[in-house]
Amino acid sequence: MFLKELTELSGVSGCEYEVRNYIKDKLQSIGCEYYIDKLGNVIAHNKGRKNKTIMVAAHMDEVGLIVTYIDKDGFIKFQTVGGIDPRVLNSKVVLVGENKIPGVIGSKAVHLMSKEEKGKSIPVDELYIDIGTYSKSETEKLVSIGDYISFKSDYVEFGDDLIKAKALDDRAGCSVLLELLSMKLDADFYGVFTVMEEVGCRGAQTAAFALEPDYAIILEGTICADMPEVKEHSKATIIGKGAALSLMDRSTIYDIEEVRKVEGIASANGIPYQFRTSSAGGNDAGPIHKTKEGAKAVAVSIPCRYIHSPVNVASKNDYNSALNLAKAIILDNQKGE
Amino acid sequence: MNFNSKLMKNLSDCFSPSGREQNIREMIINEISDYADEVNIDALGNVIARKKGNGKKVLFSAHMDQIGLIITHVDERGFLRFSNVGGLDADELIGLHMVFDKGLEGFISSEELEGKEKVTMSKLFLDVGSTSKDFVKANFKVGDMCVFQAQYYETPDCVKCKAADNRIGCYVLIEALKNHPATENDVYYVFSVQEEVGCRGAKTAGYIVNPDLAIAVDVTSTGDSEDGTKMDVKLGDGAAIKIMDKSVIAHPEVKELLTDLAVENNIKYQYEILEFGGTDAGPIHLSREGVKTGAISIPTRNIHSSGEIFNKQDVIECIRLVQAVAAK
Repeated sequence: MFLKELTELSGVSGCEYEVRNYIKDKLQSIGCEYYIDKLGNVIAHNKGRKNKTIMVAAHMDEVGLIVTYIDKDGFIKFQTVGGIDPRVLNSKVVLVGENKIPGVIGSKAVHLMSKEEKGKSIPVDELYIDIGTYSKSETEKLVSIGDYISFKSDYVEFGDDLIKAKALDDRAGCSVLLELLSMKLDADFYGVFTVMEEVGCRGAQTAAFALEPDYAIILEGTICADMPEVKEHSKATIIGKGAALSLMDRSTIYDIEEVRKVEGIASANGIPYQFRTSSAGGNDAGPIHKTKEGAKAVAVSIPCRYIHSPVNVASKNDYNSALNLAKAIILDNQKGE
Repeated sequence: MNFNSKLMKNLSDCFSPSGREQNIREMIINEISDYADEVNIDALGNVIARKKGNGKKVLFSAHMDQIGLIITHVDERGFLRFSNVGGLDADELIGLHMVFDKGLEGFISSEELEGKEKVTMSKLFLDVGSTSKDFVKANFKVGDMCVFQAQYYETPDCVKCKAADNRIGCYVLIEALKNHPATENDVYYVFSVQEEVGCRGAKTAGYIVNPDLAIAVDVTSTGDSEDGTKMDVKLGDGAAIKIMDKSVIAHPEVKELLTDLAVENNIKYQYEILEFGGTDAGPIHLSREGVKTGAISIPTRNIHSSGEIFNKQDVIECIRLVQAVAAK
């Protein structure tokens, strides 16, 4: 499991190089062939027995922020990159730019807020980042417009099998994919670490165009709403209940025969699984299944509480279920007739 | 040419929401296999039927899926939670009867709503009419889909049914293929999947066929009712030649071609500008290096409801226009 290292790297959409470099190093050390395409996707090839072209995708990028303006007192204004709920931003610790300048997200002091403002989350354009400088020129020495900003959040294990970290969506998928590539399975597949999923599944589009897969497995960190007072039918996934299989989301209706086949594989191998019982969100399956002549796609996800915030929570058991299930799916599809 | 009510009824009654097109695919293949030179099914499930020729490649596309609901949670007490498959709003659903693939039914009910609270999908549930946990567990699974339950009904000039969007389009292409004109053209009749969730099937079909000319055949709205949508399309005024919708601006040459063919062949036609919605023409005209694309639309009232209404003579005009394009 490479989760600690992977989640402590920065890789906001469009700026995935730290994650890419880490993955390249790992692929070299396990002796796996790979190349980098023009958008920055890492395309690794595990050679083995082959019936069809399989693409296994996990995205390297994470949601974050980008610097848009520096004011006269040295405070930084920013925009979000990818979908971030503004409720999670205030008072968070962030790292700005390549040199990881530490900062905190601040807002107007509570005693200055009107009654109406107090009851609401603070909009992004009323937040700023304080990096401890006193003037525009001081900040400009450290930060430029266009610098990416990521959350600072340590990897922590707690409870029986839970993990708290940032960017589990989708470093969890990246870690599973790296493990799959390390196994040297006698089953052919391309492991693709994609860029810019969080801003519209852009990397997956060019990777699928290049590979022309027949079958795709998307490894994701996905929504989980198993919190207090949420009704059973609104939870989407439940932590600890196993790998989550998708049926439908905004980008894809997963081929039902393939989904039922995966269900069978999970049952036969005693791998805990659940269905992702929400049709919200989307992932790299969207562009992949529609590229060129089309592909069958399935998504195997790890439920993440508090997704797209600095503190995602996931279960190591679910992670292992996703890993085992992905492995079993690949082997089943390349087992020969 | 007579209107084949039996075929239209079978197509309308066939259970096949987006992503679950196996029934309609089988029905269409049975219907056309004696008439086509080749029938292929691609990875997404599109039916691509071909009438071979050495001339230019012409693609006609009609989507065969219909809107519906997907079950997201099964409560053993007989209440199913769901999400929409295609364009359905929560506030239109309460009180509707739904039917599953094997004929099981459900009725859409709602949690208690406070005052004028907005109806959302998460407040609604499908009551499957059973207090037996065993029955519910045995028959309903997360991922199952259901569609409107509605009776096919005809008056002398019109049809009221569900899934007219776009089983009329399928009907038009089936009839056109059965009466395929003598031509040098290499003609592809595509019955596409997953149009209702974003014209997904047409994207791969367009790529595979790589046509010189493409025509989508789908329903369009009308401006028939006094205070309804202002739109210059009327039931009974003939085939609608698309000028534009949210997904495509018809290629001017294609619009002209369709108009000229309608005039030459004495086909009753009208122009269509649809201010909302899109069709298979959207992804097809952007396929590969681009494709000259237009659309022939069947004027239809109450689209995406359980009582879609269209005129039989309009359908016949659409078939004649498709045949004229195939022959040109």
